[in-house]
Amino acid sequence: MITFDHVSKTYDARRGEHHALCDVSLHVNAGDVFGIIGQSGAGKSTLVRCINLLERPTSGRVLVDGVDVTDYSGAQLRELRKGIGMVFQNFSLFQQRTVVQNVTFPLEIGGVAKGKPRSAEAMRARAMELLDIVGLSAKATSYPSELSGGQQQRVAIARALANNPRIILCDEATSALDTRTTVSILSLLEQINRELGVTLVLITHSLAVARRICNRIVVLDEGRIVEQGTTTEVLSNPKSPVTRELLEFDGLASANRFGR
Amino acid sequence: MESVAAFFAEYGELLFEGTIDTLVMTFGATFIAYLIGIPLGVALVVTAPGGLRPHRVLNTVLSWVVSIGRSVPFVILLVALIPITRLIVGTSLGVRGAMVPLVVTAAPFVARIVEQSLAEVDGGLIEASLSFGASVPQVVSKVFLREGLPSLVRGVSITFVTLFGYVTIAGTVGAGGLGDIAIRYGYQRFQSDVMLVSVTLCVIIVILFQAGGDFLVNRIDKRR
Repeated sequence: MITFDHVSKTYDARRGEHHALCDVSLHVNAGDVFGIIGQSGAGKSTLVRCINLLERPTSGRVLVDGVDVTDYSGAQLRELRKGIGMVFQNFSLFQQRTVVQNVTFPLEIGGVAKGKPRSAEAMRARAMELLDIVGLSAKATSYPSELSGGQQQRVAIARALANNPRIILCDEATSALDTRTTVSILSLLEQINRELGVTLVLITHSLAVARRICNRIVVLDEGRIVEQGTTTEVLSNPKSPVTRELLEFDGLASANRFGR
Repeated sequence: MESVAAFFAEYGELLFEGTIDTLVMTFGATFIAYLIGIPLGVALVVTAPGGLRPHRVLNTVLSWVVSIGRSVPFVILLVALIPITRLIVGTSLGVRGAMVPLVVTAAPFVARIVEQSLAEVDGGLIEASLSFGASVPQVVSKVFLREGLPSLVRGVSITFVTLFGYVTIAGTVGAGGLGDIAIRYGYQRFQSDVMLVSVTLCVIIVILFQAGGDFLVNRIDKRR
């Protein structure tokens, strides 16, 4: 579904070049819950933003559904992005829009169903459907500032689903939430993956999160993939020092482990 | 009491007309300045380095134009623009004559105020809207202008009060309005009562407008 073929991303910093991604190759299958694990600054955010080209690779190719999208621009790029939802660490909800208006945003800018623009009522109906899935239909007319973090992330997930995407990218979607809320958000994501068949690519620095939800993971360190495989393989037999380090911390934090 | 009645009998109409002229000039200039200033402010934000469509040359040129416009003192502009004003509106006097220098000085001011308001909009929201496939015009209209609206309205209050001051200055060189009355009657004819009343009217207008703006911002801003 998503393929990275020797993708590198280099930033021109004042003091020389900064290699955010070095020669990253990976493959995400349809239906995967694919984890990208690593410490802060490992290049996780850059990697995930190369999928919808919010960041453009310096070299290498990105394929979505077998099609090379690396050089997409303009209308073609916008069309690609409409098929890929995204969820952010700090929710990124529009503060001046109600919950339901946040969910209709992707519909307002033009749904994937081309040709016929949707009526305001149709968009609202679709948004209410989605709010029902995330369990927030009662809050439709509230503003984001009136919601808890977990509720805001649910709205953001409903918004990401608006255009029926086949892929949702989650950038540290649970990092700003407490443990209990994290568990409920992860269950919701799991449900979306299972019931709607949406492929999830999620960034996390928490192995507990990865263990709970991901079927396959890659471990990233300084822009390079140091380990990849099924979650069980990687976590039961960690080969890289970074994975061991993360596991060690995970062991320390086992008091509030989410578990299966 | 009688003297108050006598005062308003003599100067009431003059003060009323002065107030209307001042309001017309201030509102009119604010309105036209926004028509020019909003696109300019949007262009400054969109073409800025790291903006939606970074464009170094355009951004630098716009920024210079705005800065030059803002650096010429209003009094100088008022006089220097007289030939151009005559060309555009046919006269350099009265409400119409004052509009040209007012707009010329206010538009760059508004551009900066708008730029400031839009730059405050959370970059995460811009990124999110792009990730949903929004085009640049959509990001401008649905995110920048909408999320920045409370701040933009606050900017309107600031612009109005600033322009109100300029309108008063313009009054001294033939624009009419409360400034003109205060100078001609209050200063040149030593009629302190006229001066006092016109200044009081100025204070009331500014306070009312500022309070109205603050009220509106509180109503529309949905952040806590």
